[in-house]
Amino acid sequence: MRIVIVDDSGLRATVLEEGLREAGYEDIHLVPPQGPFVARIERIAPDVVLMDLGSPSRDTLEEMLAISRALAKPIAMFVDQSDEDMIGAAIDAGVSAYVVDGLRKDRVKPILDLAIRRFNAFARMQAELDEAKTALAERRTIDRAKAILMESRQLSEADAYALLRTTAMNQGRRIAEVAEALITASSLLGGKM
Amino acid sequence: MTSISIAFVPLTDSAVLVAAREKGFAAEQGIELNLVRSTSWATLRDRLVYGQVQAAHMLAPLAIGVTLGLSQHRTALAAPFKLNVNGNALTMSTAFAAALDPDLPRRIDDPIAAAHDFAGAIGLHFRKPIIGVVHRFSSHALMLRYWLAYAGVDPDRDLTLRVLPPSLMVEALRNGEIDGFIAGAPWASVATAEGIGEMVAGGARIWQRGVEKVLAFRTQWMESEPDLVDRLLRALSRAAAWCDEPANHAELAELLADRRYVAQPAERIMPALSGTVVPRLGEPAITVPDWLLFHREAAGFPWRSQALWIYSQFVRWKMIDPSAKAERLAADVFRSDIYRRALGNAGVPMPGASMKLEGALGAPLAVGAHQGALTLGPDRFFDGRVFDPHHVATYLAELETR
Repeated sequence: MRIVIVDDSGLRATVLEEGLREAGYEDIHLVPPQGPFVARIERIAPDVVLMDLGSPSRDTLEEMLAISRALAKPIAMFVDQSDEDMIGAAIDAGVSAYVVDGLRKDRVKPILDLAIRRFNAFARMQAELDEAKTALAERRTIDRAKAILMESRQLSEADAYALLRTTAMNQGRRIAEVAEALITASSLLGGKM
Repeated sequence: MTSISIAFVPLTDSAVLVAAREKGFAAEQGIELNLVRSTSWATLRDRLVYGQVQAAHMLAPLAIGVTLGLSQHRTALAAPFKLNVNGNALTMSTAFAAALDPDLPRRIDDPIAAAHDFAGAIGLHFRKPIIGVVHRFSSHALMLRYWLAYAGVDPDRDLTLRVLPPSLMVEALRNGEIDGFIAGAPWASVATAEGIGEMVAGGARIWQRGVEKVLAFRTQWMESEPDLVDRLLRALSRAAAWCDEPANHAELAELLADRRYVAQPAERIMPALSGTVVPRLGEPAITVPDWLLFHREAAGFPWRSQALWIYSQFVRWKMIDPSAKAERLAADVFRSDIYRRALGNAGVPMPGASMKLEGALGAPLAVGAHQGALTLGPDRFFDGRVFDPHHVATYLAELETR
């Protein structure tokens, strides 16, 4: 069973590839959807192509499937149109799968199930990572705003923070937003960043 | 409030959907509109076909292609409303365009001369020109084929048509992966503003009233929800009127510029709305008043003859074998009956017929209408040919013998 993963996110592709290898699939090829990627896929001649549903290059891939003479057998989307639950879960997870004609459903389903699980896991990981990044960026913003207050109003660090917090509470905004506004105002007024 | 999800691709001609949501036209009809951004036509199609959304902002030929089973899973789709008319432009690299008429307004205004120039330029180019099209089943691809075939170009032999999503066209042109592209707004304006390409032809000059995006439903869902569908069409019709009003264009451009929608600067979106486009960086703008239509002339009305023209082009380019059954299925995608039911009492001009000769009007013409006065604008094809929807085979035979 030869599987191609078309994905531009290195990490997500890796997460999926690892999962497939753990499940015993060995013939796996990663192809980023850039430049002449379609010609590469034609040369690999896969049985299954897995692709991110959000990839803008899906139309390019489907055009290849429509006109390619290099592929011995037609490849069509998903496996069994009657399995609506699985198709729904795949779309929710952001997975699209193209499968070579004649491949038995019971051979493809485990791959698709695995891709769905891995894509979902990756999405959760990504959300956690984004959250952590946002938190870090906000901490930096607040630190800069504190520094501005400490310098321009001769406050201690604790007092500067208290002032930001009180302002935020009074205005019903988040501390990071108040800090951001302060930094912008300060730079407009020619203060130090 | 009833919630409806509609998938769209970030393009200027998603305007009617965006305005329906943002300007309250949907809410007035008790509809909460959830717009689902999709970066490929394949994903938009899948979301509609597999029921993740109830409707989609779809390329008219794709709606017909899906119904005919030409694009993955065959599903009966119905298009009771057109979201716009026209709006496309062909943009070529400055290197390729150097072989064409340097007089830009003349180039756009005279597609006959431009087609011959283009045909000549193909031989002068250092490789077989690679032209980006958004989809095999797009109005853009059909229009490009129609235009160049006039000058003796066989698009499947003399060109490489490469399918790319609209949002990647500019980058591909910059990298030299393609020599030009035909896409909807705002992408031609983005490429020209960056100085990497220039406009070579406008869709509105190839077919003056070319079909572009439709609102597509799964037929089965549409027929199970008549009341909701009627309310949605009324909301969209009012939104389309708002979008067509020049006084609203600046606000509309701002709405579309939002990162949830087109995510391009408002000044790149404005040209197609106002019909004032800059064909090459640093040159004066040219004005094409019918560059993009949303509402006037009953623009939303899905003429069955237009669906048949699309079918005729599928046959012409061997995307499907001709058959009476396919012809009927294609015509049935355009549901003028639903448009009539939904908007019959909504105060919009209603055409008396559902089929017409396409390309027969050289000047505006007042036509029979059930309510209000309706004037149709000139709808000529640039080569002067007229499409009679009752005689598809004759039309195709005549195109062959050019």
